[in-house]
Amino acid sequence: MHSDLTPSPSALRPLRSTPSIKVENISKNYDKVVALDNISFEINKGELFGFIGPDGAGKTTLFRILTTLLIPDKGIATVEELDVVKDYKKLRKILGYMPGRFSLYQDLSVEENLKFYATIFNTTIEENYHLIKDIYSQIEPFKKRRAGKLSGGMKQKLALSCAMIHKPEVLILDEPTTGVDAVSRKEFWEMLKKLKESGITIVVSTPYMDEASLCDRVALMQNGKIFSIDRPQNITKQFNRTLIAIRSNQMYKLINDLRGLENTYSVYPFGDFLHYTSKENKINANELFEFLKKNEHKDVEIKEIEANVEDCFIELTKKAEGVQRRA
Amino acid sequence: MLYALSPVQIIEVKNLFKKFGSFTANDDLTFDVKQGEIFGFLGANGAGKTTAIKILCGLSKPTSGEVKVAGFDVYTQTENIKKNIGYMSQKFSLYEDLTVTENIRFYAGIYGISRKEIKERTNILVEKLHLESVKDTLIKSLPLGWKQKLAFSVAIFHEPKIVFLDEPTSGVDPITRRQFWEMIYEAANNDMTVFVTTHYLDEAEYCNRVSIMVDGRIDALDSPKNLKEKYNAENMNEVFLKLARK
Repeated sequence: MHSDLTPSPSALRPLRSTPSIKVENISKNYDKVVALDNISFEINKGELFGFIGPDGAGKTTLFRILTTLLIPDKGIATVEELDVVKDYKKLRKILGYMPGRFSLYQDLSVEENLKFYATIFNTTIEENYHLIKDIYSQIEPFKKRRAGKLSGGMKQKLALSCAMIHKPEVLILDEPTTGVDAVSRKEFWEMLKKLKESGITIVVSTPYMDEASLCDRVALMQNGKIFSIDRPQNITKQFNRTLIAIRSNQMYKLINDLRGLENTYSVYPFGDFLHYTSKENKINANELFEFLKKNEHKDVEIKEIEANVEDCFIELTKKAEGVQRRA
Repeated sequence: MLYALSPVQIIEVKNLFKKFGSFTANDDLTFDVKQGEIFGFLGANGAGKTTAIKILCGLSKPTSGEVKVAGFDVYTQTENIKKNIGYMSQKFSLYEDLTVTENIRFYAGIYGISRKEIKERTNILVEKLHLESVKDTLIKSLPLGWKQKLAFSVAIFHEPKIVFLDEPTSGVDPITRRQFWEMIYEAANNDMTVFVTTHYLDEAEYCNRVSIMVDGRIDALDSPKNLKEKYNAENMNEVFLKLARK
């Protein structure tokens, strides 16, 4: 098993010829705040690639650099072999970008917004209708409605249609699923999967760890750094501790009781269970069970589970902080 | 435990209707929330959650039905309700251009806590949240996770019987998020009722019980464990999709 902090070499190597996006040693600061700290990665053509991380990880800064809206302090980035600084005019023609905040014209109708974006890129709705048909046809019955009056899910569909209308080669979506309900989120990911079939490269960011499994590969980000880049299933395979899920009738007491154990490495609430790891790799479930019974816990359930992306993210954060402290 | 012998209903809703013209936003809601319970209130956009919460917070009156919050009537005793609840949302909870201690003093002052008590308890709180070094820093320059933990502490500073949380941890990093949920567990352990609304179904998994609203009605109400069993789902997200998409 290789170190969790460095992406495996196979994950960094593009699967096919030239990568769609290539980023080398990019850094960006805002005054004293480090938004991006020397990051490098490659994204393959036709890949659905996710940047997963909390607010403040640097996802939006990175996307602004890739979309030529922000100049990095240091490093080189190319998209379809066009430099994000030098070739920005050419690059803008082949990029579709959906910013995090809804940025269409609220007082234009659905159809007017789409027409506006098509016109800017010297095309028409008719010419590229086939590209957006699946998505746009869902909101077409409301095409006379002002964009500001649409529901969250419908705004998303319109924004995606507008980002696609000029037939971009690369689509960059900044937190498209933040603030929308679970049904719309699911529909959105289904739309992305379909779009991917057309061969377009799709880069998407999200703070929601459970969306990692919907991407071909993901980069886990925090504090301007990339912890890990890999296929989601490989990321969870890197978790090298025995992970136990525990619950009882007194969850708060359970956290404190488990933290009091000498061998405890970590205890985190995870929905209706706690996730527990020990400093030792073998965990004796019977011993734990007896310990909890002695401490008046009832309805105790203990089971070994597979780590999910969020478990891995937490472990990588802990390790990165440990490294920082030692440094 | 006393709690187990005589569960106190801190929120009681019977046949609640709320209509706006011909539109029924809340369609015959009946449910109870117990003291010390962590209760998840879920539903898609437009399902009627906000309407119901406004009623529970004493900001809007039902068209018909009986609703009691912390023992007070939502038709006639809204001021008493407001004193006994706390509220925190993801979007707005603290004043960005006030410092940490100014925010605490401001909110505590609104709820009528004495200056002496505010001063003493502010120090305890700042220490507990490890904010000593930034206590005189403006909120806007703090990381989101710190803000959210502080916002929750401020919302319960006046020791309300119920605290309403609106998407409390979206966008927060995973470790801070878990520290936040530990604070919620601690509050519930001290018999405070925690009423959570969220789009993010993994937050629902932390709740003792969860209700799911669809088109103005409550279509399901049970513990996450029982709901997952009943709908043969691996997680609450699947439960939600099965209910909301039918």
